[in-house]
Amino acid sequence: MPLARTAMPAQDPKERTKNFDEVALGYSEEMAVREAGRCLGCKKPPCVEGCPVFVRIPEFIQRIRERDFAGAIRIIKSTNSLPAICGRVCPQEEQCEKLCVLGKKGEPVAVGRLERFAADWELAAGVERPSPPRWNGKKVAVVGSGPAGLTAAGDLAKLGYKVTIFEALHAPGGVCVYGIPEFRLPKRIVHAEVEYVKALGVELVTDIIVGRSVTIDELFESGYSAVFLGTGAGLPKFMGIPGENLNGVYSANEWLTRTNLMKAYRFPEYHTPIKVGRKVAVVGGGNVAMDAVRCALRLGAEEAHIVYRRSEKEMPARLEELENAKQEGVIFHLLTNPVRVLGDEKGWVRAIECVKMELGEPDASGRRRPVEVKGSEFTMDVETVVMALGTTPNPVLSRSTPGLTVHDWGGLVIDERTGATTREGVYAGGDAVTGSATVILAMGAGKKAAAAIHEYIRGKES
Amino acid sequence: MYKIVEKAVLTPVTKKFVVLAPMIAKKAEPGQFVIVRNGEKGERIPLTIADFDRAKGTITIVFQEVGRSTADLGLLREGDSILDVVGPLGLPAELPASGRVACVAGGVGVAPTYPKAKAMHERGVKVISIVGARSSDLLIMEKEMGAVSDELHICTDDGSRGFHGFVSEKLRELLQGGARFDEVIAIGPLPMMSATVEVTRPLGIRTWVSLNPIMVDGTGMCGACRVTVGGKTKFCCVDGPMFDGHQVDFKEAMRRSQMYLEQERLAAQVRHEGCAAGGDR
Ligand SMILES: Cc1cc2nc3c(=O)[nH]c(=O)nc-3n(C[C@H](O)[C@H](O)[C@H](O)COP(=O)(O)OP(=O)(O)OC[C@H]3O[C@@H](n4cnc5c(N)ncnc54)[C@H](O)[C@@H]3O)c2cc1C
Ligand code: FES
Repeated sequence: MPLARTAMPAQDPKERTKNFDEVALGYSEEMAVREAGRCLGCKKPPCVEGCPVFVRIPEFIQRIRERDFAGAIRIIKSTNSLPAICGRVCPQEEQCEKLCVLGKKGEPVAVGRLERFAADWELAAGVERPSPPRWNGKKVAVVGSGPAGLTAAGDLAKLGYKVTIFEALHAPGGVCVYGIPEFRLPKRIVHAEVEYVKALGVELVTDIIVGRSVTIDELFESGYSAVFLGTGAGLPKFMGIPGENLNGVYSANEWLTRTNLMKAYRFPEYHTPIKVGRKVAVVGGGNVAMDAVRCALRLGAEEAHIVYRRSEKEMPARLEELENAKQEGVIFHLLTNPVRVLGDEKGWVRAIECVKMELGEPDASGRRRPVEVKGSEFTMDVETVVMALGTTPNPVLSRSTPGLTVHDWGGLVIDERTGATTREGVYAGGDAVTGSATVILAMGAGKKAAAAIHEYIRGKES
Repeated sequence: MYKIVEKAVLTPVTKKFVVLAPMIAKKAEPGQFVIVRNGEKGERIPLTIADFDRAKGTITIVFQEVGRSTADLGLLREGDSILDVVGPLGLPAELPASGRVACVAGGVGVAPTYPKAKAMHERGVKVISIVGARSSDLLIMEKEMGAVSDELHICTDDGSRGFHGFVSEKLRELLQGGARFDEVIAIGPLPMMSATVEVTRPLGIRTWVSLNPIMVDGTGMCGACRVTVGGKTKFCCVDGPMFDGHQVDFKEAMRRSQMYLEQERLAAQVRHEGCAAGGDR
């Protein structure tokens, strides 16, 4: 049994920073079968416990080993409705792979890569188009078309509900289209998932902001029996330091939306501009920061920097993306925190002033709290600054809906077991409840709420 | 798809569309705006709702062709459709129910001023409108404004019609002549609004302005639209677009509105060459 996992073929780092094409190219059948051969097929598989939606991991890997790829994807899809997305973006090293028995001596089985392989195999072979089940006479409204909303909609449609998804933006997919870049999650993959949900009979309406264009009360009045809120955590944070409104300071949301959703990397063919600058500094250490900084390189920046106040160990980004960023030449400034942004006489960013940090006592999150090192200020010359500090739920909907309770940080209050909000018939899940988290957790929350909505509607009938 | 049921050319560079958008028309209030996207490759452009007709299910937008995206939009004809129109966005204006209000409007700012003047006029507020443009051929919606104003003053920068000078100067003249206003609403280009708030500041007259910074989503998701008001950062698309003019940092707003000048120039050039070469527009 090889201790090392089968390597993932990838675009050459020098080449790939010049394009937005996918970096990881995916396993071939031979590679997948070889990697599947490493799985011990544990009787009591610990990996499954690490998966938020309990994908039956050894079983699907066994099918891959037997070259029954259709069987593999069927097993995955019985609990995970978005495997092509999850195989690419889940933090596997924190979940299933972390618990793999092989990881004790060598490298864990590459579960994520195998999941992606099975999903891509199905996409290439042609996904079985489901036929919409018979309508049970009830309608459910889903707000937001990110992973949470798409999953809830798909599950409810399979139960016979007529489902309408309302999406504020002009394109469906949530963060998977406006945030995560093409080179990590090709939009055709997200598109295929959306098409699958639509094939189940789900109606998708874009350009509708629930709370503004139509209220939740009006949805109930027009015949929806329940509403699911999968509105995500769209509100960007800024640091509140001097100079943050200078020309050239972006939120990661704006930077990524211009690039990914509006395709500013193809300006002027696409009409939305972006101002890149020669040197770009991205503040933060999560997936969002890695995506932003790698976009900067692809948009033509000569230097792309990460400024992060803790050390590499605390970085919340997926390991693979951190490695990718390093290979691509991103320059890391760890234990470093910006204190102000400096502008030139015309009000454009010219530098950021930073201070060195050291790690102190653990804070509420269990991570050691960074504290400033006195007198360690220094400046870095940059032309663009991107703030990737996290996001909180957007208050537009909760403010306009009587009866919805939110935590003081903006997250919707729900019953953990069912996803029920404080308002009858209204359920919620995903980033709108947890704050920025992961695709798989959002999907799991959508599933749970779909089942609870089904219970709720049936309960009202009897 | 949102159908254009009526198109009017107000000046050589200003167009008016009446667009079928029943859901938006049902909810729209004076002060709110929409975001339109014209074509798969188009930008998301914020435009104030200049009027709405709930019965007919239409909204009116008026825009000046300032760059490639608005110029492209201007090419659409009656009967054509706009790919995306989303709204109503932003907070409705808080309009007084009585008293005397000066509506100071410059250039294409007359369009967003109109629904506010109309709503106040309907409630019995005395509306004194000061409407201006660079030159007489650029004046728009004069008749509409006249119909909802108790007094209408026309100004042109070049003196080709009415008062010779800026709208802010006309406001100063009225105030010096003894006119009394409970509130002022000033909408137009940033320098015009900035000048107007300086006229009212020493007198302490509450002055509302409507800001139109660069936007992307219009729902509070990106922060492109940040403005500083009373020393605090606000997202114009959800906290505005109307703000207390005496609190607004106009210098910053003007600087931020220039972020993409270089790119706009490039886009205009590409568009021009595309047209010259008989491109596919
Ligand atoms: C740049 C970036 C990189 C990431 N990388 C990873 C990763 O590698 N792995 C991972 O697991 N997770 C990652 N995440 C997090 C992950 O994308 C989110 O946790 C997940 O998408 C949340 O799903 P959701 O359905 O709750 O919300 P979202 O995906 O945010 O979708 C919410 C949708 O609701 C719409 N909406 C909001 N309000 C309204 C309204 N009032 N009316 C109508 N529609 C509305 C929004 O427009 C949006 O489309 C990343 C996030 C970002 C921003
Ligand atoms: S336009 Fe994006 S937050 Fe206002």
